[in-house]
Amino acid sequence: MATVIEHAHGHPAHEGEHYVPLEYKEKDDSLKVFGFWLFLTQDMVLFACLFATFVVLRTHTGNGPDSESLFDVKGFIEETFILLTSSFTGGISTFYMRKKRAIGTVVWLLITAALGAAFVSLEITEFLHYISIGATMQTSAFLSAFFTLVGTHGAHVSVGIIWMLSIVIQILRRGITPALSRKVFIVNLYWHFLDVVWVFIFTVVYMMGVIH
Amino acid sequence: MSNDHDTPQITKTFHQEKFPWQGIFGYILSLVLTAFSLWFGLAHAAQYGVILYVIMGLAIMQIFVQMFMFMHVTETDEGFPWQSLGLVSGLVFVAAIVIMSIWIMTFGAGVS
Amino acid sequence: MPPSHLSHWGLLITGDPLIYGADASIALASIAIVYVLTKYKKWKWLWDEWLTTVDHKKIGIMYLIAAILMLFRAGTDAELMRTQLALPNLHFLGPEHYDQIFTTHGTVMLLFMAMPFIFALMNIAVPLQIGARDVAFPYLNAISFWLFFFAAMLINISFVIGGSPDAGWTSYAPLAGSTFDPGPGENFYLMSLEITGIGSIGTGINFLATILKMRAPGMSLMKMPLFSWSIVATSILILYAFPALTVVLALLLIDRVAGAHFFTITAGGNPMMYINMFWIWGHPEVYILILPAFGVFSEIVSTFSRKTIFGYKSMVFSLLLISLISYFVWAHHFFTMGADASVNSFFAIASMLVGIPTGVKIFNWLFTMFRGRIRMKMPMLWTIAFIPCFTMGGMTGVMLAAAPADYQYHNSYFLIAHFHQVLIGGTLFGMLAAMYYWWPKVFGFLLDERWAKWAFWMFNIGFYVCFEPQYVLGLMGMQRRMYTYPSGLGWTDLNFISTIGAFIMGLGFIFLVWDIIYSIRHGERDLTGDPWDGRTLEWSLPSPAPHYNFAVIPHVTQLDQWWELKQQGRQDELRPKASDIRPIHMPKNSGKPFLFGLAFFVVGVGFVFEWYAVAVIGFLGVGALLLARSFEAHPDYHIPVDEVVHTETALGRL
Repeated sequence: MATVIEHAHGHPAHEGEHYVPLEYKEKDDSLKVFGFWLFLTQDMVLFACLFATFVVLRTHTGNGPDSESLFDVKGFIEETFILLTSSFTGGISTFYMRKKRAIGTVVWLLITAALGAAFVSLEITEFLHYISIGATMQTSAFLSAFFTLVGTHGAHVSVGIIWMLSIVIQILRRGITPALSRKVFIVNLYWHFLDVVWVFIFTVVYMMGVIH
Repeated sequence: MSNDHDTPQITKTFHQEKFPWQGIFGYILSLVLTAFSLWFGLAHAAQYGVILYVIMGLAIMQIFVQMFMFMHVTETDEGFPWQSLGLVSGLVFVAAIVIMSIWIMTFGAGVS
Repeated sequence: MPPSHLSHWGLLITGDPLIYGADASIALASIAIVYVLTKYKKWKWLWDEWLTTVDHKKIGIMYLIAAILMLFRAGTDAELMRTQLALPNLHFLGPEHYDQIFTTHGTVMLLFMAMPFIFALMNIAVPLQIGARDVAFPYLNAISFWLFFFAAMLINISFVIGGSPDAGWTSYAPLAGSTFDPGPGENFYLMSLEITGIGSIGTGINFLATILKMRAPGMSLMKMPLFSWSIVATSILILYAFPALTVVLALLLIDRVAGAHFFTITAGGNPMMYINMFWIWGHPEVYILILPAFGVFSEIVSTFSRKTIFGYKSMVFSLLLISLISYFVWAHHFFTMGADASVNSFFAIASMLVGIPTGVKIFNWLFTMFRGRIRMKMPMLWTIAFIPCFTMGGMTGVMLAAAPADYQYHNSYFLIAHFHQVLIGGTLFGMLAAMYYWWPKVFGFLLDERWAKWAFWMFNIGFYVCFEPQYVLGLMGMQRRMYTYPSGLGWTDLNFISTIGAFIMGLGFIFLVWDIIYSIRHGERDLTGDPWDGRTLEWSLPSPAPHYNFAVIPHVTQLDQWWELKQQGRQDELRPKASDIRPIHMPKNSGKPFLFGLAFFVVGVGFVFEWYAVAVIGFLGVGALLLARSFEAHPDYHIPVDEVVHTETALGRL
């Protein structure tokens, strides 16, 4: 940004004494990390609204099935552990990025994306199953809210996968630059955030749905 | 910016690990919390109301696991780590939206 | 829905002379624009200087122009409504047409006039006030503008193509659901607000990051001008409120186009949930609209009284307190839903509490003026007009906040009068005050005071004549959104007076526009950069500021730095010295934000008419642009020292 050179008083803000990760070395990149945090706070409110809608409507099943008869415990446990693991592997890719090790970063990002893809495919299978037994978005308010909340999360994960792959391609071309390390850091922030959202979907939608 | 006298100076927030202990610890913690939630809920270890509070509490703990073990929420290159304040106030608003919506939409019955 | 006198020819609306008039004026305006651009060979200039710009000052100007155009558009709606209501049993507008016009009036005024006006001021003033060279994310800033711009296009074409939305600016379900409101009209509302809402979130993120992370060295938060503080409070509210709008509109859209049951009255849907979530956004939104005006007034009162603001810390604290409390008052918009006493009491008390920090601000402004050497320039006139007007609006607001009494006022003209009094008397007066205040900084000349005074008096007198009778009409039982009324209820005189007031306000608007046109040629040129004897950093720069703003970033030691330096005769300290100038890092212009807006426009059209192939094409465009940006290697450049030195010398600053 406009301020890089002057705001840092003509030299990079951090030289020598303290360890500063690459993604914070340029003012421009550290600003973007901060901006992304702000994006996450608004995304948090967005999911809060979807959760509020779901909680208000979760018993409004109309003539459709309720959550207890619909959810498959084994299915959502699998989804949960896959996503928790992918959050961990994403964290490891940040670790390698901070060591400036391109191959490690790329490999762990690819593992994370692959776990994400496994998660999304499980979720699609789950959705298709519900639709096949006539439990669609049009069936009841509960199902409208269910598909929208869980689907919005799934859409976020899908976008994250494409994003990770685009970063992998960029690292393979350019190596670990300050801009790319910032991108790795940010995509992983996004990924951990989605993991937290999923923990709440797991708790509020699935667990509360099958406990009576 | 960097001469911000009124806000607390937090520097040296970065530390470098030789091995990703923090991540592994976070991962184990998240697995344990999830497993406990599953067991406590599915075994119907308590009354419905108690189960709800316990598994919600466990979910809230997972927020902090992700934030501190993976998201490095307190890191900042200069000045105050504003994102942590943003997240905390965000959580307040999130709670307001969800709890007060339930309160309003159950016409007060959800609380009284 | 009453039988329609409007009909369709394909997608075009036919059967009404007003709409033919709109068709003709849109066609003529488009032809005129293309003709002028082609004749004077200005296409390249338009693209290079404006459509691809990432400069906050130019983006601010584009927001300002759009806001004034939209003020005209929605103001025309208002005049049409007041004409229809001037006398009982008129048939100037049919019922369906009237519904469309009050819907677009409210929607355009709030989302496409007030919001861009505020964004214009944020862009124009904030980076200059805090000593920054641009906002934190200039590229995102351009995206925000083009999302707003194309969303405004989308809602404005609805009038002639496909039909305007007609379920009110709040678009309550189930009325706005597909059962009671088929056709594309309502989709225009949903998609255009969705798109501009995303842009607004971008702006909130951008300015919060800018102010928290990019202040000049030494400018701690408590040495920051109050307008910038008000933008902090506003941005926080945007961040936490706009996602609720995004969600509620998306859910209603899913109901309408995919047959879901969030807000229907069958299959378990709950229309009250729409209202609940709409106001989770809607109430913070009115504070998003008023807080920047509070910031503006603080700057103006201090400058034109030649005194430091009274109670700076309490001003900051009250801003933050208002933004916090405003998040916990939303249910006062639907006291009549019938929630139990605990809910209504909580929200009634919270609503009344907002009056306290607001009162603190009013008194602080008055104390600042007290014993000040007040200069009655245009910004100050609008500020002085604001104080009684907004105070009255605030007091009627406290009346509405009394939940039991609200059962009487709810949805009556009392409410209409109240919110026009706070939104016009607060937000619009504030925006106009700010326009006169920062105009010379942006354009390098002052707006002529004589014509401005005509605009001021017409608008103010018209305002009271128009809206005060409406309080009485409300108490007499007149409900909002009635397209006509029978004679013999005693409403006729007051309605007629109100209509006269609306036309006096219209005259005020004409004078305002004439003042701008007149001043372009005859307005006093601002050669000093400091026409008002200002206090904050933006007045230390030439008018208009060079595109990099500050050749050398200033060091700040106190509040009102520029004023204090002038008092001590040290203003040269803020002039750049050639030896201090370094190459300046700036973002490159880019055509992608414009294309990004266009791609979202395509998405919008796709959903409005439920042409999903078109929506998919739009989304692919959005995705492609995101990836293209990500792969871009060098989105920035450096201005060499020579060029900066050259520019500054030409400005007489070296």
